[in-house]
Amino acid sequence: MAELTKKEIVKRLHDLGVDLKKNVDDLKDPHITIPLRTLANAYFDKKDRMIKLGERTQTRTFFNVGQSKKFMQTALVASQIKQLLEQDKPAISTRQLYYILKHSIEGTKENTFDDQATESDPVIEDVEVTINALREQLGLEATPSGVISGPLKYEDLKTDDIIDCSKMGSAGAAIPPNTEPHVVKFKECKADFILVVEKFAVWNLLNQSKFWKKHNCILMTGKGQAARSDRRLVSRLAKEYKIPVYVFADNDAYGYYIYSVYKQGSINLAFFSEKAACPDAKFIGLKTGDIKKFDIAKSNWIKLEGHDLKRLKEISKYEWFQSKEWQAELQAMKDFGYKVESDALVSKSIEFMADTYLPRVIKEKNWLD
Amino acid sequence: MANSKAAKTDVQTHKQVSVAEFFEKNRHLLGFNNPAKSLLTSVKEAVDNSLDACEENGILPSITIQLSEIKAGRFKMIVEDNGPGIPKKHLLSAFGKLLYGSKFQTNGGKQGRGQQGIGISSVILYGQLTTGKPAVLISKTKKDDQAHMYVMHIDVKKNEPEIVSDEPFDWSDKPCGIRVAVEMEAKYVEHKQSVLEYIKQTAIVNPHAEITYISPSGDRLDFPRVTDKLPVKSRLIKPHPKGVELGVFKRMLKATSARTIKSFFTKEFDKVGGGTANEIITIANSSIEDGNKTLPEAKRLKLIDGKFSPKYITPDQVEALLLGMQNAKVSRPSLDCLSPIGGGLLRKSLESEFDLDFVHTITRSATVYRGNPFQIEVGIGYGGELDVDGAIKLIRFANKVPLLYQEGACALTQSIKKNNWKPYGLSQSSGSFPTGPAVIVIHMASVWVPFTSESKEAVSGYPEITKEVKLAIQECARSLQRFIGRKRRSEIEAKKREIFKAYSKEVAQAVTSLNEADAYKLTKDQIEKKSLDTLKKLNKIAESMYSTGADIEALEETVEVLEEQEEKAAKQEVEEKQLESEREEEEELMEEEK
Repeated sequence: MAELTKKEIVKRLHDLGVDLKKNVDDLKDPHITIPLRTLANAYFDKKDRMIKLGERTQTRTFFNVGQSKKFMQTALVASQIKQLLEQDKPAISTRQLYYILKHSIEGTKENTFDDQATESDPVIEDVEVTINALREQLGLEATPSGVISGPLKYEDLKTDDIIDCSKMGSAGAAIPPNTEPHVVKFKECKADFILVVEKFAVWNLLNQSKFWKKHNCILMTGKGQAARSDRRLVSRLAKEYKIPVYVFADNDAYGYYIYSVYKQGSINLAFFSEKAACPDAKFIGLKTGDIKKFDIAKSNWIKLEGHDLKRLKEISKYEWFQSKEWQAELQAMKDFGYKVESDALVSKSIEFMADTYLPRVIKEKNWLD
Repeated sequence: MANSKAAKTDVQTHKQVSVAEFFEKNRHLLGFNNPAKSLLTSVKEAVDNSLDACEENGILPSITIQLSEIKAGRFKMIVEDNGPGIPKKHLLSAFGKLLYGSKFQTNGGKQGRGQQGIGISSVILYGQLTTGKPAVLISKTKKDDQAHMYVMHIDVKKNEPEIVSDEPFDWSDKPCGIRVAVEMEAKYVEHKQSVLEYIKQTAIVNPHAEITYISPSGDRLDFPRVTDKLPVKSRLIKPHPKGVELGVFKRMLKATSARTIKSFFTKEFDKVGGGTANEIITIANSSIEDGNKTLPEAKRLKLIDGKFSPKYITPDQVEALLLGMQNAKVSRPSLDCLSPIGGGLLRKSLESEFDLDFVHTITRSATVYRGNPFQIEVGIGYGGELDVDGAIKLIRFANKVPLLYQEGACALTQSIKKNNWKPYGLSQSSGSFPTGPAVIVIHMASVWVPFTSESKEAVSGYPEITKEVKLAIQECARSLQRFIGRKRRSEIEAKKREIFKAYSKEVAQAVTSLNEADAYKLTKDQIEKKSLDTLKKLNKIAESMYSTGADIEALEETVEVLEEQEEKAAKQEVEEKQLESEREEEEELMEEEK
């Protein structure tokens, strides 16, 4: 995906309007062709090692009672985005867009939108794939959650501030909602690698023990499932500075999946993978074999429950978990019947994670790819 | 002498005890199980008598029923009709069949309400036994005649009704009729099996009758006459050989005046001529011969000669003759003896009793079960103000008399439950009543309705009967299904129009704004104005869409979507109202604090 100009995006939206107008003028049921964002249309590109969106599309028409409302919503979102872009207004959140568009429909008791998560957000994603532009480029921003610290300086082009991520104290630097090059311009990055941790508590401990200074790395967390801008930032740093990415996530099916989203992308945002995936990222969290190897006390193991096993079964079927190593690990976890959280390493000693576990795993390359 | 006197007293005492005792022992069979049912049975007896009498005499019935509470647990029932009245000389015979309803009839049959009755005399006896009071009867037989008021009671010693007093009565405004007044121990209820329900159902099935009901609380309910046409008179027919059972056959043999067995058959039975009578006897004899083969000579039975007297037929020969009657070729009985309600009238009745969107009725042709002619009629009503969520309402009739009890045991009920209603547009869990806003009426007319028990509230499931009922139900159901289908379709179409209309304006404006360069420079009004052309075209496309009929499946899907949306809107409204009331409460509290 080449860098899109705002003008080009406005043109694509305008073209959509021209097509729809032509449908109506021809007295035909107006329709929008939207690439499908389902598992069935996501595929794993083995060459690029990431999840991509397939060729399948859906046709959304107005005169179909089942699609009628969604069609109206799609038209409303597209026309609002176009107007915002034309005016050069500051980017707004998806929630704010929801509020701009929510109103009661004349002559009914219905609203155009009643819920952000189930109605406006999916329609926004539909517009993204239809126009083939990211929401960050459409002037929309999701609420970020990520925090970063380490030897990185960047310029925020929205405010013209220089941010030095090595001087952000114990709180770290908040990752901005938009990390596209037209907002975040990297100035300098001296790190040797990026350490992505799943949980804020783990990031907090490592940041306080000055892990990033000792090991000259960038330390970030997306606080669980990472937001788009967090993933985009990690991906850009890895690509532009050619440094490895290590993901320190929990020893359970959910941790493994969070790692895979950083590495290969997600099904729902398959169209975003090329921008946000880090195909070379390694998993450096606890593996089932490590539990005995590092002598984690049995009192700290957690028995796998039904939902753990179900998720385990699901991810073992994903194409991007088909390597021999991963299949062996997933099988081992199932056989072992227990999982261990990263936090449990603290039970060895407060320093164990920073001083022993992480350096040793990275040095020994005892990771999963 | 002393001995014989003592014996006579014994007999008298015995008689006296037996009437009261017989009644006590059998009241559950006679319909006097409990005070509530006793009241219903009494009304039913009186009204059925009146309807039968009017019909016999070609009079359009006008019947008034009045119930009043004398004191707790005691009611007075007054039933007045415009029937032929009863002359004094016939009064006793009319009320004389004490505890001896026509259910014991032997000589063939005729479709009549009385068949199910136990006799008005039982009602008089019941009233007398529970209150000690006699019944009061007013009768007038001709326009210019004097009306009489009789006080009647049952003489338990003689086991016969007796007129205690007879006075002239001023009934000059009435050409003829009877009024019966009986006081009794009773309980008044207003549920499924009540006097009111009986009257309502009676009105449905007797469209030629005009009925007025005055309840104990003084409420007056009028059930107007739906037609001035009297129903076809039912005809008495002789029994058909295939419909006669052992006990009845024996009684017929005893009672007949025929001198030979052959003439007994030709005289007492329907559709039996000399040839058929011979065939019956031949079959009987060959079965006797077969039996004789295994018997020693001394014990062998005598063959039957057509010239034998019916009085001297042995029990073994009786059985052989019954076999002959079952197996001989006999043409089916005359079918024109029945009096159905008729589809058109049943429809009118249903429409007058219920507020309905749809009615379909069917009267099947008369046919035969075990030698008895019968006819099934079914009516189905739908929509209106009937309960949408509950089970459908089933109303059963036998010979125009409502069946209020023993619903579960009745073959008519079973036919409804066994039918699969889902394809016809009603929901149903298997083996139970369908649910939906529907009422179904089933009427069985027959010279002999086969009840499951003496209480005569449930019809037996003879295969011929259930087959007829099933066919009638299914024809009505098919017609209902077409109606529901059309209704749903038009509802869906209307909703579709509504939806497209509502969204069209939003879509037209969004498309216009997308199609405009620098749309933000336009005011809302300008966009609206510019979008008018697109809106007009959208409406035009919509119109062309309606005419192309969508298939049922797509429609169903549409309905689901619509229902979901409606539910959501309703839910939201409730939530908003809740919030509002909470807010108001808070404000009130704050003001109070001030």
